[in-house]
Amino acid sequence: MSRVLRPLGTCVGLLALWWALARFANIPAFLLPGPGAVAQTLVSQWGFLARNALVTLLEIALGLGLGTLFGAGCALVMVASRGVQRWLLPLLLLSQAVPVFALAPLLVLWLGFGLASKVLMAVLVIFFPVTAAFYDGLRRTEPGWLDLARTMGASRLAILWRVRLMAALPAFGAGLRIAASVAPIGAIIGEWAGASEGLGYVMLNANARMQTDVMFAALVLLAAMTILLWVGVDMLLKKLLHWAPDS
Amino acid sequence: MKQTPKPPGLHLHGLTLRYEGRPLFEGLALRVPAGRCVALLGASGVGKTSLLRIAAGLETPDAGVVEADDGQALAPRIAWMGQQDLLYPWARALENVTLGSRLRGQRPDHARAMALLEAVGLAGRERALPKELSGGMRQRVALARTLYEDRPVVLMDEPFSALDAITRAQMQTLAATLLAGRTMLLITHDPLEACRLGHSLHVMAGQPARLGPAITVPGTPPRAPDDEALLHTQAELLRALLAGQGA
Repeated sequence: MSRVLRPLGTCVGLLALWWALARFANIPAFLLPGPGAVAQTLVSQWGFLARNALVTLLEIALGLGLGTLFGAGCALVMVASRGVQRWLLPLLLLSQAVPVFALAPLLVLWLGFGLASKVLMAVLVIFFPVTAAFYDGLRRTEPGWLDLARTMGASRLAILWRVRLMAALPAFGAGLRIAASVAPIGAIIGEWAGASEGLGYVMLNANARMQTDVMFAALVLLAAMTILLWVGVDMLLKKLLHWAPDS
Repeated sequence: MKQTPKPPGLHLHGLTLRYEGRPLFEGLALRVPAGRCVALLGASGVGKTSLLRIAAGLETPDAGVVEADDGQALAPRIAWMGQQDLLYPWARALENVTLGSRLRGQRPDHARAMALLEAVGLAGRERALPKELSGGMRQRVALARTLYEDRPVVLMDEPFSALDAITRAQMQTLAATLLAGRTMLLITHDPLEACRLGHSLHVMAGQPARLGPAITVPGTPPRAPDDEALLHTQAELLRALLAGQGA
């Protein structure tokens, strides 16, 4: 019960604070619209907002899927071959040394205003936490499990596939949870750098026209989407990792 | 159930292992006669586990060989039981028992695995995950897994040390009964366990470690914990262990 009530209480508290600030702190509505005004905008512009939210959601989902696949693949390849690991690991670290934000305009220039540049941005944000967590998990297999498999005559491939991979799934899950919470950042940055639709595009436009209520409405939708995505991923992982001793 | 192949004797000659330049043991020799159980006792850190790991092919000695007395390859005829149950947490009891088959890409023999689970007193628990089983039950699954491998040589590294006294005594009886007739090398720090399960015992002590003369216990394993000859041997062993410690 408290698992539902506590976050709900936090939300109501924040809403009350927001309402009180907007109502009593003498902040003009074009700087901070109240929760009521934002709710009204959400309703009156629902069609427009929902259409753009769907675009962003698609970018996030594709980015999360591809980023996870790519990240998991990198981790597996690095564990399977020490030679590849020696080349790939510095490359991966280098990819994180370049701020992803700085790449956004370049990606838009190369891939255009459409979906591809945003999905790639999301992939760039996501794959590293997935790779790092999964790679770490793959390397930290309980030594006894490996010994047992060796005495049973398992091949290297069988050990990687049937022991190390399975044992690394909880770590992979931890990476995926982080990825799910940062995925929207990639998509939104991509939209800010150049787009013709999506919540990031809506926010940028609304900001330029001082339509702060529309900006807030888009922000609320984005936050709701991020939370739902995280909860969905979390529920899926709990179901898949039901065997883990701490789940 | 099919007949286990005739067990070979186990010969360890001239084993030397250095750890950080310091010899753990030098020129160590041990014979385990076919179908017999030899127990090796010693304080922790004396090199018992390393010796067993060398016998299991998990570690390479600096010098010396481990071979079967019939001249045939030893590795495919060895089953290994480690200090913990080493059940894979993602696999159900039945899948843990048939682990060897699945790791080698063979078809698991479910009927035989079910019969073994019944033999260790776990009928009806084949679908249980390791986290749903008690320590004693998990060790029973590990024993069924060892029996499923059906190897004529069994190496055991303090397999029951993590269990409480009563469960340990039950597991010793069960293991000795079900593994009877195989060539066994048992590492333990528990004199009672050595006396109950071993046809003969050696104390391993010193730096570098040496093996003391064989001590034989009258009667056939598993001996009753209150057997008079056993209690006598246990006292003798304890004296030898204390002498090895320089006490």
